[in-house]
Amino acid sequence: MSDEEELDLSTLNDDELVEQMHDDLYDGLKEEIEEAVNLLLERKWTPYDVLTKALVKGMAIVGVDFRDGILFVPEVLLAAGAMKGGMFILRPLLIETGAPRLGKMVIGTVKGDIHDIGKNLVGMMMEGAGFEVIDLGINNPVEDYLAALEEHKPDILGMSALLTTTMPYMKVVIDTMIEKGIRDDYTVLVGGAPLNEEFAAAVGADAYCRDAAVAVETAREFMARKHNQLAAG
Amino acid sequence: MAKTTLAELLDQRPWLLADGATGTNLFDMGLMSGDAPELWNMDPEQSHKIRTLHRKFIEAGSDIILTNSFGGGAYRLKLHNLEDQVFEINKAAGVLARLEADAVDRPVVVAGSVGPTGEIFQPIGELAYEDGVAAFTEQAKGLQAGGVDVLWIETMSAEDEFRAAVEGCATTGLPIVGTMSFDTNGRTMMGITPENFANFTADMPNAPVAVGANCGTGASELLATVMGLIKAQPDAIVVAKGNCGIPEYKDGAIHYSGTPELMADYARLALDAGARIIGGCCGTSYEHLAAMRAALEAHEKQTTPTIDQVIEKLGEVSDMAKAASCGHAHAAPKSARSGNRRRRKAS
Repeated sequence: MSDEEELDLSTLNDDELVEQMHDDLYDGLKEEIEEAVNLLLERKWTPYDVLTKALVKGMAIVGVDFRDGILFVPEVLLAAGAMKGGMFILRPLLIETGAPRLGKMVIGTVKGDIHDIGKNLVGMMMEGAGFEVIDLGINNPVEDYLAALEEHKPDILGMSALLTTTMPYMKVVIDTMIEKGIRDDYTVLVGGAPLNEEFAAAVGADAYCRDAAVAVETAREFMARKHNQLAAG
Repeated sequence: MAKTTLAELLDQRPWLLADGATGTNLFDMGLMSGDAPELWNMDPEQSHKIRTLHRKFIEAGSDIILTNSFGGGAYRLKLHNLEDQVFEINKAAGVLARLEADAVDRPVVVAGSVGPTGEIFQPIGELAYEDGVAAFTEQAKGLQAGGVDVLWIETMSAEDEFRAAVEGCATTGLPIVGTMSFDTNGRTMMGITPENFANFTADMPNAPVAVGANCGTGASELLATVMGLIKAQPDAIVVAKGNCGIPEYKDGAIHYSGTPELMADYARLALDAGARIIGGCCGTSYEHLAAMRAALEAHEKQTTPTIDQVIEKLGEVSDMAKAASCGHAHAAPKSARSGNRRRRKAS
């Protein structure tokens, strides 16, 4: 659009800049997001505020439009790429300043399943929502899930399957967790095109997530419950 | 007897019956999840099962059978460290189907199945367009060497990948059929509507002889998207290859909900809606397919059903697929983004 002038982000006040960042995330403009993150940091915003108020809130709009069928995978991938640019700047600062963690997730496709586009999308959207994501990749036997839970101590375990033949393996993983007495230490979310709520209940998962946007919403809900329980306990 | 081509068959007959599921039927024959079914093409201990699959579909009434090569491209076979055997595996797939097709005294078309790479194309993903074309070319050449009559590109989600597949397949000179999987609110995962698909394929170089929808969610949803395709391109030869209902989890195993009666209804409605090539996808057994054949044989084509008639017979349809069925895919819900956007990056 040549009739519009290139906007200098530094001339915007904080509110305008944050709103602009929401727009730029929506449009997947990585360089603009990086520039804006640096501007907010220069204006003495805490890294945590930049993350939650600018980036996470912007990605939430992307998530809603993805859920509602307005945005599709290509746009979400671009937005997630822009978010990642901002996170790259923020991550060391968040650790340095001891900012509260929004949550941690271990995710992977189950044994026998090599289809990972859905799993990758969930990982990106979860990162976009400020979660720390440990991606185990494809074709994970129960031992790999257990080892990752032990090593990373996540809040959430996410399992994905595209094939009807691999879906039942989720039950194997959950049953093993029950056996080991660690099932209730984690929120278990499952996803994959052929799954549904009944399936999730039948295998003993906490919830089925229809798509990446729903996964983020569900993860947030469970994290809020967990915090409330901790506060109450 | 002289081979009858797909084009000739389409000229002679009001409809053709394709086949049913490959994957879910092979699992019933002992395929383990995670293994590449394509490897059975090369395995003397297992290849008879692939021939059995084809034979049973032909016995059930298929006019077109699809080769066991859906994941036979280099990017899929790489996950099993078989990427250096693309040509041989696809050639073997063609040969096995050819043997069964030529064993009966009515014409059966062998279609070389070509599935997606599983990669996302640049600039959003990693795969370069030219590399995609090269992979599809390699697979198509193998299938051609195995004697297939047509190349059958299926379960696609992205326009760029579909174009790359057509470009690769066109190097063989064989006719091409192409279907996408509209599994996300009446669109493909990458956002393509049935209308988009019908329109861009009508205009493209080496345009497919037939286009359509396969897999997706249930039979009703698939039919809604097929209606959208036909609405956009009424003269197109359209393929409907829907799943046998939806998968349900019972007693530790997955079953597809569709009965032979439901698939018979689906076949009749698909014909009424204007589809010329009708088949099943995941969960469709020989029994389902035989019911579809009997239904089509006995059916007089009716006027195009309304979406409400489809829902009544086959089950619920998502709102956006409903809209797509009558060509209103743009009646999308309102965006959550605020309206006062100041700038787009100058480009």
